[in-house]
Amino acid sequence: MKHSPGRYAVLAAIVALVVAGWLVMAGRHTPPEGADLSRSKASANGIYEVTIEPEAEPVEQGPLHTWLARVKLPDGTPVVNAQIGVDGGMPAHGHGLPTAPKASHVGDGVYRIEGMRFNMGGLWELRLSLNGPTGEDEVVFNIQL
Amino acid sequence: MSSTSNSSRRCIGRAAAQVALASLAAWLLAACDPSALSREEIEVAKSLTLSALPPVPPDPTNRVADEPRAAAFGATLFFDPALSINGEVSCGTCHKIDRQFQDDLPRGHAIGITPRRTMPLAGVAYNSWQFWDGRRDSLWAQAITPLEDIREHGGNRLFHVRLIAERYRERYESLFGPLPDLAGLPDHAGPLGTLAEKAAWRAIPPDRQEAINTAFANIGKAMAAFERTLLPAETRFDRHVTALASGKEPAGDAAFSELESEGLKLFIGSAGCTNCHNGPLLTDGQFHNTGVPADPANPEDRGRAGAVRQVISDPFNCLGPYSDGSEADCDELEFMVPAGEALERAFKTPSLRGVADRAPFMHAGQILTLEDAVDHYNRAPDAPSGQSEIQPLDLTDRGRAALVAFLKTLGP
Repeated sequence: MKHSPGRYAVLAAIVALVVAGWLVMAGRHTPPEGADLSRSKASANGIYEVTIEPEAEPVEQGPLHTWLARVKLPDGTPVVNAQIGVDGGMPAHGHGLPTAPKASHVGDGVYRIEGMRFNMGGLWELRLSLNGPTGEDEVVFNIQL
Repeated sequence: MSSTSNSSRRCIGRAAAQVALASLAAWLLAACDPSALSREEIEVAKSLTLSALPPVPPDPTNRVADEPRAAAFGATLFFDPALSINGEVSCGTCHKIDRQFQDDLPRGHAIGITPRRTMPLAGVAYNSWQFWDGRRDSLWAQAITPLEDIREHGGNRLFHVRLIAERYRERYESLFGPLPDLAGLPDHAGPLGTLAEKAAWRAIPPDRQEAINTAFANIGKAMAAFERTLLPAETRFDRHVTALASGKEPAGDAAFSELESEGLKLFIGSAGCTNCHNGPLLTDGQFHNTGVPADPANPEDRGRAGAVRQVISDPFNCLGPYSDGSEADCDELEFMVPAGEALERAFKTPSLRGVADRAPFMHAGQILTLEDAVDHYNRAPDAPSGQSEIQPLDLTDRGRAALVAFLKTLGP
């Protein structure tokens, strides 16, 4: 049986679309399989719930910038007097942060993390150690640049 | 009627099939051409071009930073060998104006031989940290450091301020106000000089010391105003990527050979060069241990690890009394990593603009050719101390040649 040119056109178009789509996706900077990019998490032992966001989007590679961390207890009470230590780095490259950021409470359980810098593209880790009234805990965020 | 309509439908169908197959072929060709850049790769490449370079950042710690008269005065000082103890060394002795403001030597030759490679100056005002190890946090604080280094200009604080008073009083005072009264003070005195110079410095009352320090800082501020005008020039790479980004075929010298294009693709891709050599100056301005071999002449050079204390204790740093800014302008110092293994033998990423014309490479010229530099990153040897951040690349001979060819496009 002879196929009509119309069928060839449809077939070729579908193949072209699939290949084009694959090529576009293949070039994209995708985070490694399974990297949890959630900006809202419970700390490792569930003592705190922490939400982070950059003060300004998008996060640019290079300049110093600020993040905000909102710290709550699981019942939703803001944690206003925690000591927050900031650490992190790029696990895939085996190096830490290029700066030593500092966190300070600005009110209502919101902490400003100043002095952040991501000097290269890729997957970064931001580790916050939390020491508040209900104990010490840690939370680790992944940030894709 | 219906047969006409059928045949025209067949025609349209055939044409559509041909267009689809042609575009498929184009995609496949692009996918198979090892040197073709995807749209996303072109975007990444564009972030490395001069079109992505923002204006020179302001320097609130230097009130004359953008004052043209200060830049002109700074240029005069930069090239004046009188600002050295033997009258033979100016900044321009090592920072040669016709050689990208560097000297082609493994280590600078002034009064003596310096421990490190002379850095080129194009775009230097974009750096948060100066010197290979970032031991100064502003261009003006950097500029005065060699003046008192016995291996460089070999002068001392009072000598330099006295020289300004004798040679440049009017130009200085029109910018900065009256020079301090030096009457009754010795010819030579400074906190970093010989034992005699240090003793002479200690004998000067603190308020007069401060006035001398202020004038000394102002010498640096004028030089910094000049150095802020030294900007990177457009390269073949910029022209190539600008054409690609605007959808044009790069023409003339903007056209890349296949090897150069492959090198560009590797540079922004699997070779990982843009991990550190990113942004329009092709540097992140930060400090990295990349396992560069120790310099036999200075094997204990710990790079950034040895510099942190120096920048903290530098009286001319951002937080010091000679800065024209406020504490709020000192974020870099405030959030600096103060210690840790990551600083061990970490050196500032140099810009790669003009790199092919600037052998030897690394902080003490340890690597003589571009080929050897690429080979170093391909092999990723262990660091003499501390931990190298780089991993072996497993490049083919062709890949290494491509990277070298690409690096050569980063010049005029």
